[in-house]
Amino acid sequence: MTERASRLALSHAASPPGVLTPAQRAALFLSRIWAWVFLAAMVLFFVVAVPLTTGGSVNFLTVRNSQNILVAIIPVLLLGLGQTFVIIAAGIDLSVGWVMSLASVLSALALRGVFNSGVPLFPSVLVGLAAGVGGAAVVGFVNGVIIAKLKVPAFIVTLGTSFIVRGVAYLMSENTTVIGLPSGIRAYGNDALIYHIGGEGGGLYFLHRPEVSGELLRRMDIILPYPVVVTAFVVAWAMFLLHKTQFGRHTYAIGGSMDAAVRSGIPVDRHIIELYMLSAATSGVAGFLSTLRYTAGSAVIGDPLLLSSIAAVIIGGVSMFGGAGTVIGTVIGALIIAVLTTGLVMLNVDAFWQFIVVGAVVIVAVLIDQSRDLIMARAGGRVRR
Amino acid sequence: MSEPLLSIRNMSKIFGGLVAVDDVSLEVRRGEVVGLLGDNGAGKSTLIKCVSGVYQAEEGEIVFEGAPVTFANPMDARRVGIETIYQDLALANNLDVGANIFLGREVKKRRLGGLMQTLDDKFMLKESRQTLDSLQIRFPTLTNPIEKLSGGQRQAVAIARAVYWDAKLMIMDEPTNNLGVPEQHKVLELIRTLKDRGVPVILITHVLPDAFAVTDRVIVMHRGRKVTEKITAQTNAGELVQYMVGAREDAAA
Repeated sequence: MTERASRLALSHAASPPGVLTPAQRAALFLSRIWAWVFLAAMVLFFVVAVPLTTGGSVNFLTVRNSQNILVAIIPVLLLGLGQTFVIIAAGIDLSVGWVMSLASVLSALALRGVFNSGVPLFPSVLVGLAAGVGGAAVVGFVNGVIIAKLKVPAFIVTLGTSFIVRGVAYLMSENTTVIGLPSGIRAYGNDALIYHIGGEGGGLYFLHRPEVSGELLRRMDIILPYPVVVTAFVVAWAMFLLHKTQFGRHTYAIGGSMDAAVRSGIPVDRHIIELYMLSAATSGVAGFLSTLRYTAGSAVIGDPLLLSSIAAVIIGGVSMFGGAGTVIGTVIGALIIAVLTTGLVMLNVDAFWQFIVVGAVVIVAVLIDQSRDLIMARAGGRVRR
Repeated sequence: MSEPLLSIRNMSKIFGGLVAVDDVSLEVRRGEVVGLLGDNGAGKSTLIKCVSGVYQAEEGEIVFEGAPVTFANPMDARRVGIETIYQDLALANNLDVGANIFLGREVKKRRLGGLMQTLDDKFMLKESRQTLDSLQIRFPTLTNPIEKLSGGQRQAVAIARAVYWDAKLMIMDEPTNNLGVPEQHKVLELIRTLKDRGVPVILITHVLPDAFAVTDRVIVMHRGRKVTEKITAQTNAGELVQYMVGAREDAAA
């Protein structure tokens, strides 16, 4: 090969592999932001449809409804947050639902026991939090060790522990519900940062619930309940952890190529154990918050949430093959499910329809993700071998 | 001639009843490219895996920078400066160039008085760009996942990673496999660049034109044994093929 020819070849090699047509570029862009678009379109639909079907007596976009949606997504979102990390690292955690139940029971038992022995309410609540999250983390540790060290597939390990945890939660709660908790915790689980009463005799109240009744109580909006605030902090922390730290970078690396991660000297086994502990811990927070919210520990609270949380993660664009996904995606995924559910209820649609719609959205979400790969492959195919 | 950077002395590796590497000795000096040639199953890869810490040889010793060394695992070999680039490259395709060059050795920035540490992506990107520039590798953008890069470009990322982390010896296992012709030339060009920077390269290949394009010396293996060692300029393809297929053998090799 002549000097000139090899030079040409070099410059050719350095050019980008494949160029997208404008249509492909647009499709690619849309496939990236479709979840946001879908969420916005859905909200718009309900904003128009809800007053139409109810003759204008009910509106979708109200302060009260927005707060209801925020409260509704808490458990799904918290379960989904840890799951986001695990699935990005090409794992799966099927135990999160029952771990949440266990955490609810544990935190209730601990809180009740400590409070009844004479400890003030606030420290008792903190002990409840520690017991719930700590107990959950132990389950996560066991999951992680069996997966990382004994090389048992995550699907099987977490399926097994979910049964074990289920049994433990039932046994500890002695008939599914732990009651007799101090009534004061109701405020922790249900009070809010801001209260707003519109119209005559109303006003804005911060940090404490105004003593009102009747017409005023009916007009009162509860804005940013404490569990929402706590969840927001957990979301912010998860975003930081996944996108800004070495922990997050290693999570992506393990999901992208386990082999590359091992050979780069990343402590993969330890990281996997930490991931399952993280997943269990966020589920533990969910269990703790549910105990505060209902003033009771429940051994059945988490089970129905497992599949919803995985659905939220998938709708949010986390790849089940690992290596891709974001925290904000999971938040959007959880919001889509909550908005769908709430909106359909307000439209008086039979509640069972929500399952059918959510299921369809999950499948469409994955189809859209795959179409993105297809567009990329087609564009790259010309040069790449 | 200068003192060898790497000496392999009388190395043997046995798998069960099979002698995969049989009493092989070789030396590599600073700034030279040594071709390790042989047909499939000749023992090239096994020999090199003993040097990079993947396998532990039954017999023989490795002397690196004048001192005997033993490697219990690949990390040990990397720590002394022996970087091996296998055909699968060991890159995370979902991460960008900077993240890959710093994979497992990320640079962090202290925040809030050391309370937490965040990734210093800006620094890592800057360093990556400088390393790539010094190797005359140019990508349109460094912030896309490398799965969007071509095979040769990814090869370049793996080489840049080794260079950045001060590889003293680079071992490359069939680097031009599965690449298009222009990309093959780019990789060979990079090997010459490494040589110019004083980093010696052991190039494992069974592609004779590649060997003639970049190596100073060639070592041919056949059935686990070293059958000849030649100065590249003093041999020809026909002769090397005879050695590779076992039709010829130097008694003292």
